[in-house]
Order: sequence, then structure tokens, then C-alpha cells
Amino acid sequence: MTNDYKKPIPSPQGESDFYWEKAKQEELWLRECPVNGPYFYPRDISPGAMRRDTKWIKATGNATLFTFSIVHRAPHPGFIEDVPFVTAIVQLEEGPLMPTNIVMKDPTPEKLKIGMSLKVVFEHINDKIALPKFKPV
Amino acid sequence: MSDLSRSVAIVGVAESDEIGKIENKSNLQLHAEAAFNAIEDAGMKPSDIDGIVTAGTSTLNTAEFMGLNEIKYTDSTSVGGSSFEIHIAHAMAAINAGYCETVLVTHGEAGRSARNRPGPNLSDPASQYEIPYGFIGMPINYSMACMRYMHLYGEERTRQALAEIAVSTRKWAIKNPKAYMKDPMTFDDYHESRWISWPFHLFDCCLVNDGGGAYIVTKKEIATSLPKKPVWVLGVSEGHDHGIISQMPDLTSTWARNTGPAALKMAGLTHDDIDLAMIYDSFTYTVLATLESLGFCKPGEGPDFVANQRTAPGGAFPMNTNGGGLSYCHTGMYGMFLVLEAVRQLRGETGERQLDDPKTCLINGTGGALSSTGTIVLAID
Repeated sequence: MTNDYKKPIPSPQGESDFYWEKAKQEELWLRECPVNGPYFYPRDISPGAMRRDTKWIKATGNATLFTFSIVHRAPHPGFIEDVPFVTAIVQLEEGPLMPTNIVMKDPTPEKLKIGMSLKVVFEHINDKIALPKFKPV
Repeated sequence: MSDLSRSVAIVGVAESDEIGKIENKSNLQLHAEAAFNAIEDAGMKPSDIDGIVTAGTSTLNTAEFMGLNEIKYTDSTSVGGSSFEIHIAHAMAAINAGYCETVLVTHGEAGRSARNRPGPNLSDPASQYEIPYGFIGMPINYSMACMRYMHLYGEERTRQALAEIAVSTRKWAIKNPKAYMKDPMTFDDYHESRWISWPFHLFDCCLVNDGGGAYIVTKKEIATSLPKKPVWVLGVSEGHDHGIISQMPDLTSTWARNTGPAALKMAGLTHDDIDLAMIYDSFTYTVLATLESLGFCKPGEGPDFVANQRTAPGGAFPMNTNGGGLSYCHTGMYGMFLVLEAVRQLRGETGERQLDDPKTCLINGTGGALSSTGTIVLAID
């Protein structure tokens, strides 16, 4: 954890306070709809079915790589020291797709295979927020 | 909606006085210049305007800035760069419903030189779940969609398709005096251009320019009384299937799979009837995914469809004859400029790049993170 974190920081909303509290404890939680199953991102009312009787479930943190990009041009001053870095959409074991980063030194297309197995890790960026990211298993 | 086909026409089009790199002009100044020029192109006067439509800023600001103060229809629909295609549909609906007679649609964006830019809305989902990871700006979002396409349909043939689109689009730009990038581009130039966000090279990405544009939509009775030939609106369709990239139902297919066939059906035309395709090219990949989604070819067949410079000058499928967002001008919300070129080609006003008497044009705008589309079919008598 550093005090000079220069990247954008998430601002939790009412429907996501629990998600971010659990991330701080290094746990990844999802909402589940009784009709359509788990979904991302957290919303009290499920997307599509619009059910209110949704619940929180704890995810295993296992995922596979769905797609990615290797970012060479920093899109924001906070990322200048990070390039090249990997943005990705991963498919969680529970089904939903989730936007994230793949934690990897010197990423190349050869090191990243769609379908590769990943495990969640947490980056504590300040005293309130930890970002769930993923590492190759 | 078929009964609305040919009920309205586009009668005036224009850019701002300059496009490209323009320091010291605000967004609203660019709106106003384009509006003035479009009204002049139509042979109309400001008092003829009773509807105002724009995206990205309030119509309150734009109409006031131009002193248009007897507005009867106002619409600020803003769903990204496709908004200016969707605005044609809204103008058609408003005119037919009797809200107004003549709608001015304006765009102005100092995408490169603006002194002030709005920040992200912290309560939007992207601010919590994407932006903190560096999903900032569209090159990164669209790169991830393109990577998925490469995975499904083959990296090498996808790469070749992206190169074909970049090179063919530049060939058109060279014929357009207003284009920002007019140096010839070889396939080697494409492949050797630097990485922005793999799999995107620099030349997969649109320009970032300053500029404005405007067009005027009016009812049949007025359109036929003006000096220039009306460009009729035959078919329209709009919509979206997600907001942020990680929520996109299928990263290789846009909502054009719905809006394309719907607009053609309303127009009473098929793909083979289209003489010119104006396809939003924020990125080379946007074009590839869109051609397939529109139904010009099947999923995964886009690389064959654009092969051998088929979309270049002299090719069998002329596309983006202004040089596109890739090489002519891209302010941020490019959809306006698709309309300007479509109308000018149909009128026969495009000089060296003029097609041989085109009668029909299909325009498809894409906005957001491949989120929204608007498809428009135009024709001239």
C-alpha cells in the first residue's frame, strides 16, 4: 500500500459497499439471481430478470482468460510506470465475465493464452480499497 | 415504420470552417460554424430552423449560442459517436409527428485542443469496475474485443483484414483535400506502426482532431423547394445492447445485427442495392465487426470480404470514401461526418473521389464501447 497511488480509485456505491468491504478482506463476492444465476457487477436488482430476491455468494476466485489487451500507451498519467500492462476480461468459475488486470511482468502475446487458468489476487491501493486482479496459475 | 420512408430528406451538410488541428475554437464555436455553413448549403435561413438536435452538450447551450430561440423540438440523445445517425431517425419521427418542420443537427468537438474536459461520473459502473484497471479510452476497450475475434477466427487473417482496412481508407483520404492524413500508407507502414494497445497498432486507431459538422433534415414539401436535390431518408434503425465493454453480450458482434437489417427492410432494399457504405471506423476492428453485424458477410468472413483492397478506390465495395475517422477526421463523436460524406457522394459533390453516380448509401454509426448503433439508408432520385 502506498500513499502516492495516482490511478483512478473506485468510489463504492450503496449496492457495492459489501463487494468492496469483502475485497478488502481478500474475498471476491458476487450477486446471484434465482433465475439466471451469478452475475457481475453487483446490483441489488438482477439484470434481465429484474428479481429483488438476489443474494451474495462467495466466488472461488478461479477464472480463465476470456480476452485481453497489452497496453503500451498509458491511458492516464497514473499508468505511465506500468506500461506495458495487461487489461483483461476474465470468466469466473461461476460464469460471469469480469474486467480486471492480469498481474504479469513484461507481458507478451506469447505469455497470454485465451482460456489459461487464473487465480484472484488483491492489490491494496489505500486503506479502504483492494482491487481484485488475476494471476496465471 | 415503412410508411415514413422517403417522408423527410437531408438538405444541407457542412463541416466547420476548418477541421483537423484548430487551436482557440471552443466546441460551441465549431457547432455554430458548421450550422451556419449547413444552413447556407441548404439555401435556407436561420429562422427556418424549428428543431435542434445534438449530442455531448445540451441543446440549451447550442441553440442559445447560435441565437435560435424559437425551438419547438429539442433532443440531446447522446449514446456516443452513433448519436448523429440516430438523430436522423429522431428528426424523421419529430417531423412526421408534427413537432417541427426543419431540424438542425450539429456537432462540435475540439477533441484535440479543448481547454476543458469533463471528468468521469464516479457513480457510473465503469468508474468502479473498469477505469481503476486502466480501461480508459476506447483503444483499450476495442482491443479486447478484437483479441476475442482473433481468438475465434484466426490471428493472421484478422491482422491482414485490419491492414486492408487501414490501407484502403488512407487511399480514399489522399483524394480528399480536407483529410488530415494524406501521406500514402503501405502494408509495411501499417505493420511497422507502433503498438498502442496490442493487438492494435497506431494505424488501427482513429485520429483525434478538432472539428464540427452539421446537417439539416426537413419535410418533403420543403425539401423539394430548395435549390439542391434532396437526399431522401429511406430507412432508419437505432439501439444498443450494453454500456461498458465487459458487459458486451458478444465481443465480435454489434447491435448493427439488428439495426442493419431493420433499416434495410424499412428502405425496401437489400445489401446488394447499396452503392456506398459509410461505416464508423473508430478502429479498423470496428469496421470488420460492423460489416459482419450488418450482414454484408457472415461472422468470421469479414477478412475475406475486405481482402485485396476491395473497399479501396476502384474496388467492388466502396467504403468510407472521405478517408474515414482513420485518416480524414475524428473528433471523438465521428458519426456526424459519415452523414456529410454520404450526402455529398449522392449529390455528386466529392471531386476526385466521386463514385460513378451512386444512388444509395448505407451509413452505420457505432458509439460507446461498441455499445450503440444507428443504421441509416439514404437515396437520391
